[in-house]
Amino acid sequence: MSELNQETQKIWKVRPEWPFLLFLLFVVVSYLGLVLLMLGANVLSVSWSEVGQILQDPAIQHSIKLTFVTCTATAILSVLVAVPLGYLLSRYHFRGRAFLDTLIDVPILLPPLVVGLSLLILFNRVSLSEGCWVLAVGLFTAAILGAFGGDRKGKLIPVVLAGLAILVALAGVFLRKEVGSLEDAVGEVGLPVTFHPLGVVLAQFPVAAAFAIRTMKTTFDQISPRYEEVAMTLGCHRGQAFGRVILPMASKGMIAAGTMAWARALGEFGPILIFAGATRGRTEVLSTSVFLEINLGNLSGAAALSLLMIVIAVSTLLLVRSFLGRGGSV
Amino acid sequence: MSGFLTVENLAVKVGSFELSDFSFEIAEGECLSLMGPSGCGKTTVMEAICGLRNEWIQAGEICLGGEEITGLPAGARGVGLVPQDIVLFPTMTVREHLEFGPRLHGWRRKAIAERVEGLSEGLGLGDLLERLPQGLSGGESRRVALGRALALRPSLLCLDEALSGLDEARHEEVLTMIRGMIEREKVTTLHVTHSLAEARMLGDRILEMG
Repeated sequence: MSELNQETQKIWKVRPEWPFLLFLLFVVVSYLGLVLLMLGANVLSVSWSEVGQILQDPAIQHSIKLTFVTCTATAILSVLVAVPLGYLLSRYHFRGRAFLDTLIDVPILLPPLVVGLSLLILFNRVSLSEGCWVLAVGLFTAAILGAFGGDRKGKLIPVVLAGLAILVALAGVFLRKEVGSLEDAVGEVGLPVTFHPLGVVLAQFPVAAAFAIRTMKTTFDQISPRYEEVAMTLGCHRGQAFGRVILPMASKGMIAAGTMAWARALGEFGPILIFAGATRGRTEVLSTSVFLEINLGNLSGAAALSLLMIVIAVSTLLLVRSFLGRGGSV
Repeated sequence: MSGFLTVENLAVKVGSFELSDFSFEIAEGECLSLMGPSGCGKTTVMEAICGLRNEWIQAGEICLGGEEITGLPAGARGVGLVPQDIVLFPTMTVREHLEFGPRLHGWRRKAIAERVEGLSEGLGLGDLLERLPQGLSGGESRRVALGRALALRPSLLCLDEALSGLDEARHEEVLTMIRGMIEREKVTTLHVTHSLAEARMLGDRILEMG
């Protein structure tokens, strides 16, 4: 065959793909191997009698109940916040949007102990009036940032933010006589937070909500704005288009966001320990139970609780995944 | 100008795209096919008429039935839209699509039922009423989108590339169905297309842009 014929031959030579497949296999086996070994180590170090024994402990039973209640409350709260915030970030373009976007990730990036400490300081060292002032300054700064630039649809946001800033500042002036902390204020209305079960929810909330917001933003990004536009030609205002068309379409995303928040809340430890404490039979949840058992020198008990947490986390994820696999749009 | 829909000296700016001093009119009950090559601004003009791009309008006036609608929100214009990408709501059945507008405007139950029956009969959707959009073919989806847009008896119907994405065998069938519904509903229609054959079949008059 001549040189020219070799260059123009009809069947091209393609390099084999097995090195690439081998690379993929190596990465998958390495990572999954580590995860499975971790889970296996837990299973091997625990006997079923120990699991049964620890499950009969009234303190642990209380811890399991509180874990379910607080994780569910945190997940519901997170979705309630994530839906409007995710929609705002997905659909509206305004100055300061990038700042807001970054701010949402801050709880994820902060060391967990710092989240707990910040909550502790906020509720116990800052007066209600000071809290209002700080919030008003934050809202007003956001309103000024948003007033310049962005599209017409987003122009309403700075006005709303400025209005909120004024209201919060007025509340600060009104509450000036209050010398007590935020904890005193919530305590007076019968909802003590620090070192109380409600504090567990508040400690779980910042990080769980951040994950839920990210999930909801991705969900809304995947839904074309054309759906709202068509709904609006049929007589909907944006709110109706959101409620009647977009929200039903985003139902799977909402379940995913709730699951993500629930699972994240289940694993939360640092902020709970600092802000709500780990008092047996009061503010103890499964993650702090593991910590308490280790502190008591009961390593097998801690391993049994870890195994229980693994079972709960895996079955929750499998249950939701199987549900998400059926019907729906996003 | 004295048409049912009059667009006078419309200027629209979207990023680097600019359309200026664009005027045309459509008489009552007429179907105008607005033609032009891709990117000439046909869909932009249609969306401006529907009220979906109010922020892009730099100058000009849009009047429908003698009333100026230039600054009105989309839902207050009485304009029905069948977009190029159809966008049927995936969580709603065909019946719910047809009922969507009338329910939103607080029609009485009997009036809604009569309207749905009339539309489903005209569009041949009788057997599909309880189906979700995922179970519909391209032609069926188009019929549902047309029914949804016509349900409120709009003053103006806007059709954006009515046959886009359909295989050629279905073209004539869908065009005949659309033409039939326009005549039956006696609705003034603005039809945007880049196909001369489609424009000739559907439009009473053709206007070329660009």
